[in-house]
Order: sequence, then C-alpha cells, then structure tokens
Amino acid sequence: MTQRSNIFNNIDKPVLFLYLTMVAIGWLNIFAAEYAETQKHVFDFSTSYGKQLIWICTAFILAASVLMIDVRFFTNFSQIIYGVFILLLTGVLFFGVEVNSTRAWFQFGGLAFQPSEIAKYGTALALASLMGSARLRKPGHLMRLKAFLLVLVPAVLVLLQKDVGTTLVFASFILVFFREGWLSGLALFFAGLAVALFVLALVFNELIIIGILALIGITIAIIMRKKPKIFPQLIGLFLLVAIYVYSVDFVFENVLQPHHKARIEVLVHGGADLQGAGYNLHQSKIAIGSGGLWGKGFLQGTQTQFNFIPEQTTDFIFCTIGEEWGFVGSLLIIGLFLALLMRLITLAERQKSVFGRVVGYSAVSVIFFHFAINIGMTIGLAPVIGIPLPLISYGGSSLWGTTLLLFTFLKLDAKRLEML
Amino acid sequence: MNIHTNTDHYLHRKKIIAWIVMGVGMLLLVRLFILQIADPSYKVFARSNFLRHITDYPSRGLIYDRHGELLVYNEAHYDLMVIPGQVGDIDTLAFCKLLNIDVATFESRLLQARRHSRFRASVFERQISKTAFAAFQEKLFRFPGFFVQPRTLRKYSYPVATHTFGYVGEAGPNIINNDPYYRPGDYIGISGIERAYEKELRGQKGLRIRMVDVLNRDIGPFQDGRYDTLGVAGKNLYTTLDTRLQLYGEKLMQNKRGSIVAIEPSTGEILSLVSSPSFDPGLLVGRQRTRNYRALQNDTLKPLFNRALMAQYPPGSVFKLISFLIALEEGVISPTTSHGCAGIYHTRGISIRCRPHPSPVNAITGLQHSCNTYSSIIFQNTLNQPLFNNIQDAFTQWRDYVRSFGLGQYFGSDLSYELPGIVASADYYDRIYGPGGWRSQTILSLGIGQGELGVTPMQLANMTAAIANRGHYFTPHTVKAVGDPQNSNTQYALANNIPISREHFETIVYAMQRVVNDGTASFSRIPDIDMAGKTGTVQNPHGENHSVFVAFAPAENPQIAISVIVENAGHGSVWAAPIASLMIEKYLSGEVKRHWFEQRVLDASFLTAMP
Repeated sequence: MTQRSNIFNNIDKPVLFLYLTMVAIGWLNIFAAEYAETQKHVFDFSTSYGKQLIWICTAFILAASVLMIDVRFFTNFSQIIYGVFILLLTGVLFFGVEVNSTRAWFQFGGLAFQPSEIAKYGTALALASLMGSARLRKPGHLMRLKAFLLVLVPAVLVLLQKDVGTTLVFASFILVFFREGWLSGLALFFAGLAVALFVLALVFNELIIIGILALIGITIAIIMRKKPKIFPQLIGLFLLVAIYVYSVDFVFENVLQPHHKARIEVLVHGGADLQGAGYNLHQSKIAIGSGGLWGKGFLQGTQTQFNFIPEQTTDFIFCTIGEEWGFVGSLLIIGLFLALLMRLITLAERQKSVFGRVVGYSAVSVIFFHFAINIGMTIGLAPVIGIPLPLISYGGSSLWGTTLLLFTFLKLDAKRLEML
Repeated sequence: MNIHTNTDHYLHRKKIIAWIVMGVGMLLLVRLFILQIADPSYKVFARSNFLRHITDYPSRGLIYDRHGELLVYNEAHYDLMVIPGQVGDIDTLAFCKLLNIDVATFESRLLQARRHSRFRASVFERQISKTAFAAFQEKLFRFPGFFVQPRTLRKYSYPVATHTFGYVGEAGPNIINNDPYYRPGDYIGISGIERAYEKELRGQKGLRIRMVDVLNRDIGPFQDGRYDTLGVAGKNLYTTLDTRLQLYGEKLMQNKRGSIVAIEPSTGEILSLVSSPSFDPGLLVGRQRTRNYRALQNDTLKPLFNRALMAQYPPGSVFKLISFLIALEEGVISPTTSHGCAGIYHTRGISIRCRPHPSPVNAITGLQHSCNTYSSIIFQNTLNQPLFNNIQDAFTQWRDYVRSFGLGQYFGSDLSYELPGIVASADYYDRIYGPGGWRSQTILSLGIGQGELGVTPMQLANMTAAIANRGHYFTPHTVKAVGDPQNSNTQYALANNIPISREHFETIVYAMQRVVNDGTASFSRIPDIDMAGKTGTVQNPHGENHSVFVAFAPAENPQIAISVIVENAGHGSVWAAPIASLMIEKYLSGEVKRHWFEQRVLDASFLTAMP
C-alpha cells in the first residue's frame, strides 16, 4: 500500500460524512434564504448561493491539499503558519476594508476574505506545538504564559478590528487548556461563574447578588467551621467576587461599545426595543417559532422569503432552517453538530501525540463555541455577537477556516500511528 | 509511552467536556422545543408580519332630490395609516418633512396608535393632501408599517338642507364596541338622512388580504385571494326634497330664526325642510370638521339645532283648527252656531282677551277672525258634554282627537332626532290638581293653543296636510326610493285616518280660505292661487311673540301643505303668512311675481331680538 491510497482509506468516514452533509444543508438554506429576492440561476455567481458554490469547491480543494501534504508540514511549520496569520491580522488593520464598522476583511474583486476566521486555525497549530513540546514535564509558569499569549495576541488583534464576536471565540480555547491540565477544574468553574455573574449583575441589582453570595459564604463557613484556616481564602474570594460584580457595571457602561451594550441589554431584558437592537432577535424568534414541528417546507418560509430577517445567509441562517424545516430541522442540525463534536472528542482522545489531541480539541472548542453561540443568539439564549454557524452559514473564510482545522486534524488522525 | 502516563490523569476531563457539549446542545433543543412547538404566539406574529388586511371602503350612496338632481356625492381622499408593530427603523426626519409635522408629534401619534393596537392599522394622518399623497406613494417602501388608505368624503351640490342630510363622522368608541362592523377610523352617518339610512348608504366593506415583504412591498394576494371579499357600493337615495323650493325657503329665512316645513299632502313627502339659522353642510366634512363643529356648537344662534323637528312651540291660534273640528264632530256646534264676543271672555275668575272683530261670530267667521271667545266657549262645551261621567274621560277623548293629527307623538319615519311634542294627559292634570280636581276652565288655554301643548313645525305641517286631505295623512318622510328611483318606499303609503267626518273638514277648509281671502291673512293672498291658511301668534314669555302660519294650496286640489314659524317676529299675519305664500307661489307657479313682497321678506331680520 502506498501512502497516498492509505490516506483516503484511513481518514475518519463519520466526520467526512458529517462534514459533507452539513455543507450541503448549509448551501440549500443559503439558497432558500436568498431565493425569493433574486430567483436567479443556481450558478449565478452574483448571488451568495452562487458564490458559496465557489467557496465550497475551493474548500474541497483545500481539504484534499491538506490530506496530501506531508503530516510533518503541520507539526514542524506550525509556528511559521501562526506567524503568517498574525501578519495577516496586523495587515488587515491597515489594508482591510471596513464592513459594518469592523475592519476585518481583505477584498479581492467580488470575494471578501476574513483572516480572523482562519487565524483560529493558526492559533490551534501553535498551541498544539507548544503543548506538545511540553509533554514530558508539567508546564511551568513561563510555558503557561507563552500559551496564554499565543491565544491572547490574535484575540487582541481581532479586537482591534472591532470584531468582538470573533474575539470571544478565542476564549473557547479554555477547553483545550482544561483538557491538557494547564488549567484546573476550579479555573473552568470560575470562568463559568464569571460569565454567569456578568449576566446576573446586568439583570439584578448588585446588592442583591452580593447579599446572596454573602449568605452562601456564611453557610460554607458554618459547615466548614472545623477548618478555620480556609476562612481567609473564603473572605478573599468573596471580596474578589464583590469587586467583580461592581466592576461589571463599570465595564458595561464605559468599555463596551453602544451596539454591544444594546445587544446584551436585549438579551438580559427580553427584547424591549423591537425596532432597534431587538429587531433581529424578535424577527429571528418569529421565523423559528412559526416553523412548528415540520416547518413550512423548503422555500415556503414566509419570514425567510419576504426577508424579514437581516443577515439571514450568514449569522441568522438557522432561522431559515427553523422556519422551513421546523423543529425536525432544528433537531437534525443540532444532532449533526453534537454527533460531529462527540466524534471529534473520540478521535482526539485516540491520538498518540499531544499535538494531535490539542488540534482535535481546538476543533471541538471552536466549533462548539460557534455552534452554541450562533444558535443561542437566534433564539435569545446568547447575545447577538454576529458569528457564523460553521459549515452552514454563507462565507468562504469561515468555511475555509473550519475545513482547514477539521481536515488537518483528520490528516493527523489518519497518521496517528506514525506519529510519536 | 510516557506520553500517556503524563496526561492520563486528565483523561476524566474528556467526560466533563463531553457533558458540557451535550448539556448545551440539550439546552438549545429545549429552548427550540418551547419556541417551535409549545408556544403558539410566534405563529401569530409571523402572520401579522407579512399579511396586510386591506379594507376596500365602498363609495357611500349618492343622494338625489325628487326630480333626480344630484345633491350629495363623494370625493376621493387618502388617509395615512400605520401598523405600529411593523414600523421599522425609518428615517423619521424625512418622514416628518413629507407630512410637515415635527418629531414630537410623530412620536406621540405613534404611541397613540400603539396603545390602540400593535397589529391593527390606525389612522396616522387623516386626509393627507394630494401632493403629500404623491410623495408618499413614491417613498412608501422606505417607511415599513405605513400605508395609504383611499377613502371618500361627502360633497354637496348646494349648501342647503344641512339638517335634512345630516352629516358623516368617524365612528366613536361606543359604536365600535357595540357594532362589530365598525373599526376605528370608519365613517358613520351621525344625523339626518345619513344616520337614518346608514345601512343602505354605507354599502358593505370589502377585505383583501395581501402579502408584503419586509420593505412593505406588495407581493401578491394571500392564497390567491381565497379569503378576500368584494366591497359592495352603497345604495343611492332618492329623496322627496324639491331643490328649488328648499333653496328658496332657506333664502327667505335668511336672518331669521325659525323653520319651514312643506309636505305634499297626497303622499306625505317632505318637499322642503328649512331650519334657520343653518350652515353649509361642507363645514362638517374633512379635516376641519372638529373645529367647525365646535364653532357651530358655541354659536349663540344654535345653528346645529334642527328647529323643524326639535323645536316645540305652543301652537297658538293655528290649534283652533283642531279645536273647531273636534267641536263640529262632537256636535257641540254646527257651522252656523253663533256666539257673541265682547273682546274678552270671562269664566269663573279666568279671562281671555280677544282682538276686535265683528260680533257675533259663527264657526266660519270665528276661525276667520281667530276669535278667542268663540274658541273658549266651544272648548268648554266640548269637555262639559253631559255624556261624559267625569272630566278625565272627556279630556281623554278630546286628547285622542288631537293625537290623531300626529301631535304629541313620534312619526317614527326616516327623520333623525325628531321630538314628539307635548299633549298633556289627564293623568298629568290629576297629578297637579288632584284626581278630578280640575275643570274645563282649568285648562281653558288649551282651547286657544296655549298651555300644556308643544308642537314641532313638522307636526304643524302634517296637521295642515291632514286638513288638506280632509281627514287623513301619510307619515311625512324624506326618502322616496332606495337604490332605484322606481323602487318606491311603500312603508309610508298607508293613510293615517282622523275620526272626523269629511264634511267638517270642508267647513274648516272653507273657513281657512276665508282667513286668506278676507281674514287675518288677507295680506298674503296669492293672485290666481286659492290658498287656505290659518295665522297664529305664539305667546313668548321671553320676548317678542313667534309668528306662525299654516296653509295649503290649491284649496280644492292640494299639492302643498306648509307650516312656517318665525321666532320673535310678532303676529302670524305679518311674517309667517307672507313667507308661506311665497313658498306656495314658488312651488305651484315656478316663479314669484310679487317682487316687492318677496324683497320685504328678504330684507327682514329678527336675529337681534333676543329670544
């Protein structure tokens, strides 16, 4: 057996199948979302479904290339690939075009390219390389700092593009850190607590939250009264949380941009402003909610076909699925994502190298974050931060980024027995 | 293989991550289940999002006069409507500029509309100008949630017969709550013919359900128009009014308070109905309606008050016609029964004055000179007939005669807001004087048309028509036919009979001719037309007496019966009779030859004298 025939036989078929299915479903829904407006030919490349066909074809070429390149390319050049993406992210700040008040795009004729979508891939490779190199010893503080900076630098560059949504995606690497033992379970818990407190602090009065926390603290103190040495830690923790809760309001009022504030307020206060920031969410919920069990049928969604939902081919593509395919369609999409994520976790765990496992968990983290936040925001469970649904939404950069990440991991998986 | 030994003790974290992923996935599914299956409200939202219910308002029926001349018609205009739930992020400034309003007004109107309903259309701006309409039609797609609703407004050929036509206004909350046909912003007839024939005039609203996209662009009918209904145009009305006579009557009544009612005795058709002062019916149409209405309401001359149907006067001497007829029918007098008159009539402490005239008088000359003494005597004799056991029975029979002329009750025809007048009952006197504690002399003033009597000009004209018909009348009405001029109203074709023999009517008609030819109204005799009439002077405790005259002509083949009241104008012969004679001359000969006579009436003004 030659190496080439080997690779196509060895790549994981379930992931490949899920990938192709989701890309196909995505294209059908992009077509549905734009169909009524244009009613042009499928191969009309001025439409987003026409353009998406090009993106899909190039993504397939990209996937095939990744599978054919020697696996050592990724392990050995990961730092260089990371460096190239950092350069691209910096370059876009100077040479990019501004779209919707974010400067995140390079424009080539009719096609636009967003380096931040692919920068996640570079970050995953660099992180894998760093964590792989540290495999023989427990990570020291310097290593942790390096790893942290690997994620922070692209995140800050993306933030400078004023693309808060994509910046937040970098936070998803916390799962990788957690899995590799670079972060304690307590840290993950506190990260979750911080997010929960952030939202709670916006919804409720700070005093109420601090009062409740104080009650919890006192209860713990009473239970643990036999171990008085934890009291200083408990009090310190309590003070920290109190300061955090108070600082949330400050951050919210003084750091966040008005449209972000509005979107978070829509989320926590239930969409009071239906004409302004709440419009998208309201229309999105109407579209999905009116789908019922079986949906209105392909190309039959009234909200979709009459364009009530803005950005429907990209960030709100799930509305089309929800309206035209109903709860059955929602179930299908969520089932596909969960199947993909579960399969990726299984594959990641069977890696022989830390490098491969980190790339696998990076794919899991990034896809999971996009999936949870994107669908969550269309149904009012997450703030509308404008990130696409991987493999489904319109957009070449997102498709390329996800394809690169997935197929690099599939390549590593196929070659896992050769890697040590 | 120490790769694994290094990381193995973190292996359990795989499960934690898997649980987080599955947990979030389940959370999304639960939420989707609630949204898509458990909660039906989003399906309603979705329908209201893209379905637009467009009401087709049919044009209101036209109103013609008795000769087929068009009097009331419609003119198109446009209302700017808003569905607050669909108002998107629009350029408020540009919008306000188009309408020429400020942003504060815009906000408050939108709020008002939202209070009414988020999903139903409210009127944002009534009757927008044609230029604003043109501008809007072009830019409507930029203002989702707004649309233009074509409507019609009333227009009038002549500024006359305002009270008869009535007016159309917006349906108020009371109407909307009680009648599901009406929606806010709909029009409804408020008074006059517009009110009485509202159901015929309004037609039937049509409904079209259209689909629109997010830019408010029309995509097409919903389900190929399966749920659409067509509007049905309102029916035309053919009234009994004679436009020439109506115009002339209003002209004669200029600068006077009072009314003229002219009826065709053979049918009960109202030829003209004048209530003065009046106003241009066009004032109560369109955007200025509310302001004009308020101004009319505050006018001390009360132009909104329809005197012809709602003013109740003691009839005065014209009531003697009925009084004499009852006495003749009861056999209390014959035409030749005569009594002397000394200029004053005394009975048990009560005295009634009379004007100087030759004495003695009989039934004919008594009426001719409007003798109060003769009237009082026959009134007392009628009530004091020995066949009655008591005054109550006697009075009740007398009262039944009076009511048979249509007095003291509603006609119940197509006249909006008529008043029934007053003819007090025996119970009423029993309550005041105690049961049976009253005598004929107690209520003596009734015999000369004063006291507890109230009649409207309409009732006086009808009474005159009944005399002209020698004993019956047809219920007065204003509409001959609905929908088609041939399709006549048959409900008023039945005669109301008066239980008094024709011969007595002939006697009274003869006396009425004498009134005109050689009596109180001789001043108003019309050359070549044999008019029968009776003057009246209504005592007015608040000022100058009211001038009253009733008449019909020609005496032998009556074609018009008329009542005229001019408030604060003095004796009936001076102003009311001339006006009635001019009206009759105009109607019967088509033109008036007595120019100086006409000019005298036109020049007269009684508005300065306070009532």
